[in-house]
Amino acid sequence: MAEMTRRTALRTLGAAGAACAALAPGEAEARVARQPDPEDHGLLVDVVRCIGCRACVTRCKEANGKPPDVRTVAGAAYDAPVDLNATTLTVIKRWAGEREAGFVKAQCMHCVHPACASVCMMKALHKGEHGIVEYDVSKCVGCRYCQIACPFNVPKFEWASVAPRIVKCELCRHRAKDGKGPACAEVCPRDAVTAGKRGALLAEARRRIAERPRAYEREVYGETDGGGTNVLYLAPVDFAVLGLPELGRDPAPALSEVIQGGIYQGFAAPLVLLGALSIVTWKNARAARKEEER
Amino acid sequence: MSAPARPVEGRFFTPAIQIMLALWGLGTVAGLYRFTHGLGAATSMNDGYPWGLWIAFDVVVGTGLASGGYAMALLVYVFNKGRYHPLVRPALVTSLLGYSVAGVAVAFDLGRFWNMWRIPVSVWDWNGTSVLLEVALCMMAYTAVLFLEVSPALLERWAASGREDRAALARAWLPRVERALPFVVAVGLVLPTMHQSSLGSLLLVAGTKLHGLWHTGLLPLLFLLTAVAMGYAVIYFESIFSSVAFRRPLETRLLGRLGVFIAGVIAAFVVVRFAGLFLSGRIGLTVSSGVHSFFFWAETLLFLGAAWLFMQQGVRAHAPGQLQAALLALFAGAMYRIDAFLTGFNPGQNWVYFPSLPELFVTLGLVATETMAYVFLVRKFPILAGVTAPASRTVPAAAARQGVVS
Repeated sequence: MAEMTRRTALRTLGAAGAACAALAPGEAEARVARQPDPEDHGLLVDVVRCIGCRACVTRCKEANGKPPDVRTVAGAAYDAPVDLNATTLTVIKRWAGEREAGFVKAQCMHCVHPACASVCMMKALHKGEHGIVEYDVSKCVGCRYCQIACPFNVPKFEWASVAPRIVKCELCRHRAKDGKGPACAEVCPRDAVTAGKRGALLAEARRRIAERPRAYEREVYGETDGGGTNVLYLAPVDFAVLGLPELGRDPAPALSEVIQGGIYQGFAAPLVLLGALSIVTWKNARAARKEEER
Repeated sequence: MSAPARPVEGRFFTPAIQIMLALWGLGTVAGLYRFTHGLGAATSMNDGYPWGLWIAFDVVVGTGLASGGYAMALLVYVFNKGRYHPLVRPALVTSLLGYSVAGVAVAFDLGRFWNMWRIPVSVWDWNGTSVLLEVALCMMAYTAVLFLEVSPALLERWAASGREDRAALARAWLPRVERALPFVVAVGLVLPTMHQSSLGSLLLVAGTKLHGLWHTGLLPLLFLLTAVAMGYAVIYFESIFSSVAFRRPLETRLLGRLGVFIAGVIAAFVVVRFAGLFLSGRIGLTVSSGVHSFFFWAETLLFLGAAWLFMQQGVRAHAPGQLQAALLALFAGAMYRIDAFLTGFNPGQNWVYFPSLPELFVTLGLVATETMAYVFLVRKFPILAGVTAPASRTVPAAAARQGVVS
């Protein structure tokens, strides 16, 4: 605690504190990081099992009331979203490595320490029950800072609407009252998408790796990446081939929170600055008035 | 507070103003289109580039250009350089206008703008880790502070006006505002220090998207330094512009003495930026990043060129050199900020952004409106010093006020 207080005092030196935090962020970032909760809800996406049938994409749209993303190719219409967008909360994409190729599902990663919620002005995006990153439209002003912040480019904006919302996967939390889980996991014919608690999903992932060590990369993406995510990935190739960003162990918003939190800790630095400036401006004004009177 | 500021007066609807009115019309049409058809139809913004011209230019560059009030208040009220006092009031007016324009631009940009009122009101929903919340609250508060700082100009006009009710109101409020002014000025110095640095902090979270030449933990310091540099540069620009436009004497010598100080601020920016790149082992990016390296050096050379010219002003002040120095510094600061928010920002997956015509029209319309408002205010209110006013209005504001105070 004494260590904390001293560090706090140092941080409140304002710009100097920011510079210190900026140049030695490693240790400080570990301080703001949150621990993953094994009871949180999440998904396990097994890229080895996925055959790219896109049943999850279609079922997700049904479950969330989203219209098809119609693209017309050579006169024929297809529901063919090429990426997550305002009507597509999950999507299947093709990936190709040097020898292998396959399909990978994308959706919100439900980060342990989400950048979108960290930057959201009014907590429209926030960490809700079971670790789900929830969206509350009533608090959203449509600033789109979440889109700037998310390293996975997950939150999407309804650009075509005059009353636009942010759209993203919320793990079908609206179906929980009917005792149902995420629609994508429910429909997957290959069990490539499994819904469950983070701790159990991680154990299952490790079991699959141990069972077929040559089929899988040894790591589970999301166990520690970006401070941990509640959606975990198993893959036969390096995760970068799938398009998953290399984030390191720190949460994406850690640097921002450490520097901003360092400068504004307890709002002390701005108040000290205000006090000092008030004294100076008041003294100067008095001196000027005296000069005028003379 | 002894500056004999006077209204410029004269005809308002000059040809230049008529052109501005046309631009205002274009901007209004484009703005209506945005509100009836949505952001997707009116702008080029997309899920990869969710912030475009309106944020990068109107807000981030615009409030940088509106840092004149901050820069001058720092000089006059903190460093106690009273001789610069004539420059304070016009600087505060342009700052007030610049921040108001930024606020309007934000209303255009926000998808759910009708929820804007919640930002200052819904205290229980405030997210302490949101840099944008801090920027938004600070800018709102600062706009109010700027209005208070400018209000003596309005009250002085009323005090000197023939209408007895207005004069009485002004007489009652002027001394109160002036007594509170030192504190108001202090608040008006803390707020921009906070939000101008935080404009840079906004990008800290985008570590995977912002190019290494711009993404650094030093972003808040770099943005604060550009705000100060742009603030002083805009004072130069404004002083020379209003001298030419309203035929008032140039303030060349007064401005010249500032030159060395501004050069120092710019030099500090360049040093901090290079030090950051060296210490993080990214100095190689300055030559290896293709078009990004080009933009980096363009910014750096503009800054250094401006610093060099500002330095000269300390030795031999002359107006053309001052204008050049100011323009170079303004371009440099604007370019650095645009590059940080757009050019250096790459969300991946082949997203592209270039502003649409409606976006450009709205921005041009806002700049035109701002300029018209400035011309209107300096013609009607005692803002500029050294103006030779027509005989009918030679009651100097200061004299009128002395009568009030005693």
